[in-house]
Amino acid sequence: MKLTKLIVVLSGALALSACQNGFGGFGKGGDTMTDGSAAGANALGADGVIEESSIAFFNTAVGDRVLFAVDQTTLTPEAIAILDGQADWLNANPQYTTVIEGHADEQGTREYNLGLGAKRASAVQNYLVSRGVAGNRMETVTYGKERPLEICSDELCWAKNRRAVTVVAGGIGS
Amino acid sequence: MRQRLLVLLIALLVWPAIVVAQSAPKTFKVDVVGGIVEPLPFAAPTFLADNQAAVQVAADITQVLKDDLVNTGLFRAIPEDAFISTISSFNAQPAYADWKAINAQALLVGSASINGDNQLVLKFRLWDVFAQAPLGDGLQFAGSVNSWRRMAHKVADAVYTRLTGEDGYFDSRVVFVSESGPKDQRIKRLAVMDQDGANARFLTDGGSIVLAPRFSPNSREVLFTSYQSGTPQVNLMNVDSGSVRSLGGLEGMSFAPRFSPDGGRVVLSQSQGGNTDIYVLELSSGTRTRLTNNPGIDTAPSFSPDGSQIVFESDRGGSQQIYVMPAGGGEAKRISFGKGRYGTPVWSPRGDMVAFTKLSGGRFHIGVMRLDGSQERLLTASFLDEGPTWAPNGRVLMFFRESRGANGAPQLFTVDVSGRNLRRVPTPENASDPAWSGLLQ
Repeated sequence: MKLTKLIVVLSGALALSACQNGFGGFGKGGDTMTDGSAAGANALGADGVIEESSIAFFNTAVGDRVLFAVDQTTLTPEAIAILDGQADWLNANPQYTTVIEGHADEQGTREYNLGLGAKRASAVQNYLVSRGVAGNRMETVTYGKERPLEICSDELCWAKNRRAVTVVAGGIGS
Repeated sequence: MRQRLLVLLIALLVWPAIVVAQSAPKTFKVDVVGGIVEPLPFAAPTFLADNQAAVQVAADITQVLKDDLVNTGLFRAIPEDAFISTISSFNAQPAYADWKAINAQALLVGSASINGDNQLVLKFRLWDVFAQAPLGDGLQFAGSVNSWRRMAHKVADAVYTRLTGEDGYFDSRVVFVSESGPKDQRIKRLAVMDQDGANARFLTDGGSIVLAPRFSPNSREVLFTSYQSGTPQVNLMNVDSGSVRSLGGLEGMSFAPRFSPDGGRVVLSQSQGGNTDIYVLELSSGTRTRLTNNPGIDTAPSFSPDGSQIVFESDRGGSQQIYVMPAGGGEAKRISFGKGRYGTPVWSPRGDMVAFTKLSGGRFHIGVMRLDGSQERLLTASFLDEGPTWAPNGRVLMFFRESRGANGAPQLFTVDVSGRNLRRVPTPENASDPAWSGLLQ
């Protein structure tokens, strides 16, 4: 668990994601499933620095998620900056595939939020394609409001739940 | 779960003592639609047991049917210790004066017996105390003793119908999502129970997220959305056998399914490339027809009872609103124009209204309106009220209410279409996404 500590130091964001677990029989990894052991397998170089080609690096240094305004599916300038980084990383590490998860906050009806999540995931996918990432390396899934990351019922939490998460899965052929 | 387990014989009881040509006109009126402020008082003495074996079940049946009637908010059961008379024989004429004295408008008399084959025979008569006349004929039900609850509900349905002029809804079931675990790792299992919360059992094991189950018209199959494959896909379960088949089949994700009134088609939402549209799937052939083609989110479709139209929600006009289109697709007409967002429309089984979820002013409401959008009435308000489903007679709505905050969790409630009589429905765990069956066959 030395690795976990190191990553937490590098980015507080992982503290949120590390406790999330794959769920619901979703074999390719649930929401923000940062499996410490899998990521750690190739994360640490000999000198204890996270390798740039590791999933841990993607999740923390590049940033695995973008956030959306209420009821919106358009990418903000902040989101685009993160997705540019994701595209660069994915283009540099073609062995990985991804599942892009679209999520909504709880302030909406269930079916509508599924539609909203699908649109958010697709917005991310389309942008990454436009930046040269092969479409067949990316799948999308909507979780609607089914998998909140933050559980309070105010805007502080809702803002973090309106998200699309690029979950990097095991490499092609792995 | 198969309805054939219940061998139900309904027989008119020959009235032995007096000749009754027609029931006398009722001396009271119960208005279901407007709701009544003062519930109608009735007396239901514990059903007589014709033999020792039936003592317990006679008492249990009386309690179940009294609960059914009282929970409507339309009736008040006069406590047994206020009774002046006792009922000693099913066939005796009641001592009207004694029941009048305690202001019992209606008197329900019944008896139960269990024969050697564990066959339960249930008889009842309803009396209009002030008219001093029977309300309708006596009825007899027979069936397996295991189905005593259903028989109690059938008696309650018959009583409800005679007192209100409306169809009953007590002999029905609810399929729903049973929820446990923390808010960010919720375990969701399909479950089915009687309308009053009894006989709850799970249909799935919680290994995958499941959403929004819907009964087939004959209540033997359930459509639902499952994440078992990794993405949301519409599945069809046979409730008796538990067998499940996917109705996915196209690229993309599918959700929000509902049966057509004839049970032959399923209308659902399909998301491809981020765009959610409505499709109809013919179950026998597997033919899938696209009904909407619009960049907005088109979802939550629901057939009209005659199968000719579909009500659904769409944000094509900029915000989530309710639309109606022909069942074969075509021009959609917006019907919701109030302030706020409208979703989850469900066509009333009577055909006259649509129930919906409304988001307005940061609150969620369950509401109803006519199909032209007029006469909108909001029946509830809370942090999160969602997903109405109609009782078989179109007079009561069930929905779920989720509480706020980190420990927020959903529970099932019913409310009259009048907005009165908000009640929590007991469930083994927290529960959401209820769907009411039709009256069981």
